[in-house]
Amino acid sequence: MTKEEIDNDRDDMMIDEREQQGFPLMQCVQEEFDPEQLKFYYGRLFPYADIYKWMSYGNDRKHPACDLSYFGRREFSFILGNDVYLRYQSFNSAAQMENSIKSKCPFKIDIGAVYSVDPAKRNAYAGENAFTPVEKELVFDIDMSDYDDVRYCCSGANICQKCWPLMTIAIKVIDSALREDFGFTHILWVYSGRRGVHCWVCDARARRLNNAQRAAIADYFHVYKVGNENSRKKVFLGGPALHPSLVRSYQQVLRPFFEEDLLCGQSLLETEEKFEKILEMIPDESITAKLRGEWLGNHHRSSNSKEDINRVRWEKLKSHLQSGKQKWLRRCIEEIIFSYTYPRLDMGVTKLTNHLLKAPFCVHPKTGRVCVPIDPKHCEEFDPMAVPTLSSLKKELDTPDLENGEGKKFESGRTSLDKSLTVFRLFLDPLLKSCKEEMEISYNAKLQQSKSSLTW
Amino acid sequence: MEILRSQKKISAQAAIPTLPVYRSAPSLEVRLEDFELFAIDRLRVLTGISNGLSRGKKPDEMEKLGNDLWKANMRHHDSSRMLDKDIISHFVLRLVYCRNEELRKWFLTHETKLFEYRFRVESVESQKALMAEIGFPYTAVGIGELEDMRENLNQVARSIGRQMLTSDALFFKVPFEEVPELISGRKVYIHKGFAYVAMNQAVNIVTGMFRSNLSKGLVLTNRKWTTTLKEQEKDRLTPIVEALSTSYLGPDYSQPKEYAEISIKDIDKVASSSFPLCMRHLFEKLREDHHLKHGGRMQLGLFLKGVGLNLDDALAFWKAEFSQKVGSERFDKEYAYSIRHNYGKEGKRIDYTPYSCQKIISSTPGAGDQHGCPYRNFSKENLEAALSKMGVSSRLMGDVMDKVKNRHYQLACTLTFEAVHASSCDSGINHPNQYFIDSQKILQAKVTNSTTVKNETT
Ligand code: SF4
Ligand SMILES: [Zn+2]
Repeated sequence: MTKEEIDNDRDDMMIDEREQQGFPLMQCVQEEFDPEQLKFYYGRLFPYADIYKWMSYGNDRKHPACDLSYFGRREFSFILGNDVYLRYQSFNSAAQMENSIKSKCPFKIDIGAVYSVDPAKRNAYAGENAFTPVEKELVFDIDMSDYDDVRYCCSGANICQKCWPLMTIAIKVIDSALREDFGFTHILWVYSGRRGVHCWVCDARARRLNNAQRAAIADYFHVYKVGNENSRKKVFLGGPALHPSLVRSYQQVLRPFFEEDLLCGQSLLETEEKFEKILEMIPDESITAKLRGEWLGNHHRSSNSKEDINRVRWEKLKSHLQSGKQKWLRRCIEEIIFSYTYPRLDMGVTKLTNHLLKAPFCVHPKTGRVCVPIDPKHCEEFDPMAVPTLSSLKKELDTPDLENGEGKKFESGRTSLDKSLTVFRLFLDPLLKSCKEEMEISYNAKLQQSKSSLTW
Repeated sequence: MEILRSQKKISAQAAIPTLPVYRSAPSLEVRLEDFELFAIDRLRVLTGISNGLSRGKKPDEMEKLGNDLWKANMRHHDSSRMLDKDIISHFVLRLVYCRNEELRKWFLTHETKLFEYRFRVESVESQKALMAEIGFPYTAVGIGELEDMRENLNQVARSIGRQMLTSDALFFKVPFEEVPELISGRKVYIHKGFAYVAMNQAVNIVTGMFRSNLSKGLVLTNRKWTTTLKEQEKDRLTPIVEALSTSYLGPDYSQPKEYAEISIKDIDKVASSSFPLCMRHLFEKLREDHHLKHGGRMQLGLFLKGVGLNLDDALAFWKAEFSQKVGSERFDKEYAYSIRHNYGKEGKRIDYTPYSCQKIISSTPGAGDQHGCPYRNFSKENLEAALSKMGVSSRLMGDVMDKVKNRHYQLACTLTFEAVHASSCDSGINHPNQYFIDSQKILQAKVTNSTTVKNETT
């Protein structure tokens, strides 16, 4: 890949590697994706104003507490159609951003950190720390291709309705921990356009985390670890009891999804090959031998029964483990469920302040799907296959809308993207409100301080 | 020694509990003698901690070691002055260790450890008082809230293999950003952005604050030292301060006590049985070349003084060798003076104590020099040859070379001692004269106790 990187000394592979791999641009552009349609999308549908409002965090007003340089210090990076990679783009206004995107028509837009100085002018500042990242959303990246050992419907970049619940689980687990444990409130979930989801935590407190703090949070969620080949264990749950946060995830999300959805949906115990993988996780030979014997022998009989074979076998397995004298065997049930369901994070993305992440409302070049926001409250209903694509949007716009007729002000109002914008604003409006309030509070405090120091 | 008044008088300080947090320098009058002695005692504690850490002792062992070292070295016969001694010694060492980055880092690390060990054994009440004094900004979780959280807190305790909460358990509500190491291992309960940190976990925060206060303090002390104190005290404190950071801090070996005297005729025998490698090497080189350059003469000469070679014998010893090379006349003219000086009433006493390992290891021998520490300076091959000559078996050689590879020269020397004497050396080797004395003790015990445990069996 020919990367024309203007100044690459600070770039420690901060682009999502895996997204890049699915990105041998022009060559494999499928029918879904037509650069002309992209131009049209940027020209008429991309929500510049909303993105600008979000990235300004309330600093775009005429209030004395506003930091007018804020948006201009944010790094954007573009990957263009001819593989040219432009880092450290920055814009002083919504209009400037809009013009640049429209004229360059990037296949991918990444959002980076807010720096101490305008990233486009970083070379003008001498000294070690003159140019350094000062703020960035806390971000998470979950990718379905990391779950290939626990889904049998598809693999790699493919997804379907049978495996997508794994992403729903990830959203629910991480979202509730971010809110309940860490106390964050402004959380944006976005479909990555192909096989995963991204999360942006936008509270002021989250944006100001340093690398060590980000790493600590990533580790907090680091339950699933790819161990070595010989290790039976894939999840590390800690000491003799589960941490309360894991208990909550287990009871509210993991166990219900496992038992009611994935167990049968993925037929986790149906064939020998599949159930052996689960038996491997039980360290008691006598139990596994018994189960194996039953399942291999009784194959025909249980298929007569009306009950799903996976459910029958799972209940059997549980009762064996629970009736055992050794208490620690019960932990096996938890371990199995955690292994098959717990979110698998790309740690590197979360740990570094200056890691870039694809912007919402980009279009994935391989699928043509728009990276639309997902409402975490209703994430079960999200269907990645029904996401608006470049061609579907084009079609919608080309079809005259009979009910509304001509003269509509916003074209996006006439497409299915409108729903996605509504979801985005569910996140954006409360965020901007609290940005204003925080600004007001800190401004008043400062005013108070300078007043009292004047009386001295 | 005459009594001098220290001119260091900085703002007064209110009464302080048994474990001070060393906020500001004391306004005490310090006898110049105490100035140095207190500092040396404290340095013994810090060096002991440093040795323990580099030997890989576990946290609970370290806590015990730290407190034992404290009791052994920091008592004062006048118990009302123990606190003074604590504070004075701390501030003297600040002066000593403020002067460059490496010294500051060493002092910072070990003072913080010392504080931690002492803090952990304080009562809860005085821990609370100390936390308040150090500016620990988080308040304890109230009883009501604690009750609400109890189930979750117990669950966390169980998940990290700790005991259930006692009724008087103390927790602090700390923004999660402040305790990343507790977050990453899910070692605390977190709710709405706050980590519920148990008292024993809060120690990390407290020592972190102690460390950062001290770190800032050291920078200020350094500024003060370079701008005013160094010059102002150049005849009084400066030489002491400068000597302290390199000088050896264990027992004083400048006057041989335990083994009164050693005569020239015994010297070859004790050299092969009880000299550490650095001294053996110098000794052999001297016998071979009938000459040593200045660094070697100082290192060996002062060591021999500590071993118990009196001035007359020392003169005779050096003369016997040097005269073979430079003639006795030139020896009398050029070299005898400096040997007398080593034993001298003329010189400043500080510089003429036998060198410690620390000082020897940090010396930088040039071409033709033989001094320094062989564990550091020898090539792998030469060192292995020298060690097997001393009687280190090939089985133990690996261990010694391992320590060398990790630059733990004194530990390598300690292992050598243990291998050669088939006896343990728990205190570790910190001084060539200590090596000598410990060796002699073991050998003499063997002679008096044993029947015929000759070491001829291989
Ligand atoms: S460690 Fe000390 S005693 Fe041992 S050889 Fe080195 S300087 Fe000499
Ligand atoms: Zn699938």
